[in-house]
Amino acid sequence: MTTNPLLDATGVAKNYGAVAALRNASLSVLPGEVHALMGANGAGKSTLVNILTGAIHADAGRVLIRGETRDIRSPAAARRAGLLPVYQEPSLIPDLDVLSNLRLTGTPVEPFRAWVRELGIPDLDLRDTARDIPLAVLRVLDLARALAVEPDVLLLDEMTAALPANLAEKVLEVVRRQGDSGRSVIFISHRFVEISALCDRATVLRDGETVGVVDIVPGVEEKIVELMLGARIVKTQMTARPAGQAASTAASRPRLSVRNLRVGTKLNDVSFDLANGEVVGVVALEGQGQDELFAALAGSIRPSGGTIEVDGQGVKFTHPSDAIRAGIAYVPGDRTEALAMQRSVHENIALPFSAALRKWGPIRVHKERTVVASAIARLQIDTRAQGEVQRLSGGNQQKVTIARWIAANARTILCFDPTRGIDVGTKQEIYKLLRELAGLDKSVLFYTSELEEVQRVCDRVIVIFGGQVVDIFPVEEADEPALMRAAYGLPRGVTVDVGIMADPTSHPSQTPEAAP
Amino acid sequence: MSSSATMPQPVSLGRRVKRFMADRPLVPLIILLVILVVILQILRPGIVNERWLANTVKFAIPLAILAGCQTMTMLTGGIDLSVGTVATMSAFIMATQIVSQDPAVAFLLAMMPAILIGLINGIGVGVFRVHPLIMTLGTSLIGTGCLQVYQRTVIASGAKIPDFLNWLGTGLTYGFPNALLLFVPLAVLIVFTLRRTGFGRLLYAVGDNERAARLSGVRYWQVITALYVISSLLAGITGLLYIGLIKAPSLSLAEPLVLPSVAAAVIGGTSIFGGRGGYTGTIIGALILTVLTTLLTILQMPEGARRILFGLIVLFVTAAYLRIVEER
Repeated sequence: MTTNPLLDATGVAKNYGAVAALRNASLSVLPGEVHALMGANGAGKSTLVNILTGAIHADAGRVLIRGETRDIRSPAAARRAGLLPVYQEPSLIPDLDVLSNLRLTGTPVEPFRAWVRELGIPDLDLRDTARDIPLAVLRVLDLARALAVEPDVLLLDEMTAALPANLAEKVLEVVRRQGDSGRSVIFISHRFVEISALCDRATVLRDGETVGVVDIVPGVEEKIVELMLGARIVKTQMTARPAGQAASTAASRPRLSVRNLRVGTKLNDVSFDLANGEVVGVVALEGQGQDELFAALAGSIRPSGGTIEVDGQGVKFTHPSDAIRAGIAYVPGDRTEALAMQRSVHENIALPFSAALRKWGPIRVHKERTVVASAIARLQIDTRAQGEVQRLSGGNQQKVTIARWIAANARTILCFDPTRGIDVGTKQEIYKLLRELAGLDKSVLFYTSELEEVQRVCDRVIVIFGGQVVDIFPVEEADEPALMRAAYGLPRGVTVDVGIMADPTSHPSQTPEAAP
Repeated sequence: MSSSATMPQPVSLGRRVKRFMADRPLVPLIILLVILVVILQILRPGIVNERWLANTVKFAIPLAILAGCQTMTMLTGGIDLSVGTVATMSAFIMATQIVSQDPAVAFLLAMMPAILIGLINGIGVGVFRVHPLIMTLGTSLIGTGCLQVYQRTVIASGAKIPDFLNWLGTGLTYGFPNALLLFVPLAVLIVFTLRRTGFGRLLYAVGDNERAARLSGVRYWQVITALYVISSLLAGITGLLYIGLIKAPSLSLAEPLVLPSVAAAVIGGTSIFGGRGGYTGTIIGALILTVLTTLLTILQMPEGARRILFGLIVLFVTAAYLRIVEER
């Protein structure tokens, strides 16, 4: 590689308080190259992109564009330097029509029109208000708007997510031609199929560091998975926990039985069972439909198809209170969603007690205090600052959200990434607690973004990719590499030489039935 | 997030006082009330006597009940601007119907618009998610319009104030205003509801984090509908009490109390953003506003200057109080 890189970032670091989002990231993009940026959840992809496009400032590092040091202080500066991002969220202003949106960014209209046609939307009316345009089309318009100003480096963040197949195909085609015409593209994606079809090289991030730059050749996906996981492969093998006994004796009716569940465009066709006394893990990359799955099971949103059965009875939830009545409690990943921050620990735990209309009367203070105190003791919540929940540490807040449902004696608990952003000690306590709950014949559905937690806590694990269950593992086989591969839609047990890299037409989302 | 509560550290006297105030938000309010009374006594020696006290309490009570409506609605992040109209309607209907009807029937007729407006407010805010400010302002205007139409139909028959309301509104027993017979149980009931019932807990929870309440199984529309009906009922009762005090039914009888009732709740430490506050502070807030009004009246300023001063003092007191009580 003798050509000079168009974009060359080295030693980029960014700290948020004590947390290092990026430690030592580098990225070098050659002219005419489509370059994949890869990494597991939280590896620092979005932080790096935000730094390159001027949305946030790096604490350290150097960015060279065409060999010159550029200090990108704002998105406008990035634009002047020839760097243009297309984010996952549509960026047109919803209340303006398309034409006004173009004027706002000084985008030339004719090239835009040409690109829109090129991308497979022949009949766009520029007078349409952005709000009335479907999401998939908006994303394409974002891309066309970026292409119209002919950027040197185009940054595409999960460009094909939420696009129907025909549009996605057009988009990929245009991106490939962009590379052929000497411009560069940084392509962020979770989909190996696209990356293999499109990209020349890939930079892999792990824990805020660039751990490798690889050429995309058939079979390289194993290497990429390895890079993304790093040393963890060795570490986790020995922490494997034998599957719970309860799960294997699942002759009885399952607590929760989900069949062909669909929610909008995000979740299509998810089926699984959750037995009494079982902890089932859910593993998925960001935005694969797991949020919708949990929200549908919790009664927060209505599924667009499929059935949910609780103890063999079909249920239809229209409000979280319906789910709660069926014994299903939802612990959201974001604690600020679950807690009344200005209220006391006691009140937060006792909140579900008063929810029903017939419980609006006088509170039986003594009885309630006993129940709440036992839940607090059970979770060992540090109640020195119990006057207001917002004064508690993150770990203790998370405990309060779980204690609430233990006090309410919920039989099924849906935990969405309960250990996100809390200290190691509390994490251990939560693992222990979830196992204890299973021991008490309660059922737990446990989504986690940290793969190593699966073998500590779960009896089985289901993997979701692109809104579908792509695999169900017994816990013994659910080590990190296997889960990571499955989470990226790679089929289990396929060896390097017949990898999907070799055959981009093979569909990654066939559902192999798990052995019961 | 402050870690001050979990970590004992050496604190200065100033911080200790602040902490004390923050833990007992009533203390600075009571101090302020006493200061105002003392100023009054200094400006006009001898004015603070038994008769003055009884009068102040009499005029503070209707304000305090309406401020109770504001406190409860504000706890959920709402507001009820229709209380003035509701109070006026029930007072006006009572005074005109008592001429021809049995007192019990007149009472029921007087409470009808209160229930109706409360229900409409509750459904509008709880089900259709209209902003409470707009919703209650709208029903308030509609109510005033209806009252004007109603007035034409009864203009011939005249009006009178029932003796019982007269007794309740202005009478004294052993120097104590009879209105306390109504107010004390009512206040105890409100405080108890907010502190010790499921409904009260839900008001705080909904105002603090509606999403969290929803995830705990709370149905927002039920809470909000019940809340606005209760608020309207309290306003209706206030109207009956107030007509006994003012003795002159008019189409804008209780309207001047609406904004002071909001001010009393805010001075009393209830946050208009919801989730924070209580009724005891509001009662003292109502007393403070009433004493303040007397104070400004005896200063013998022109009406305009008085209003300017009133507004400035309310702003200043609220800002100062929040600075003292909020630990940031």
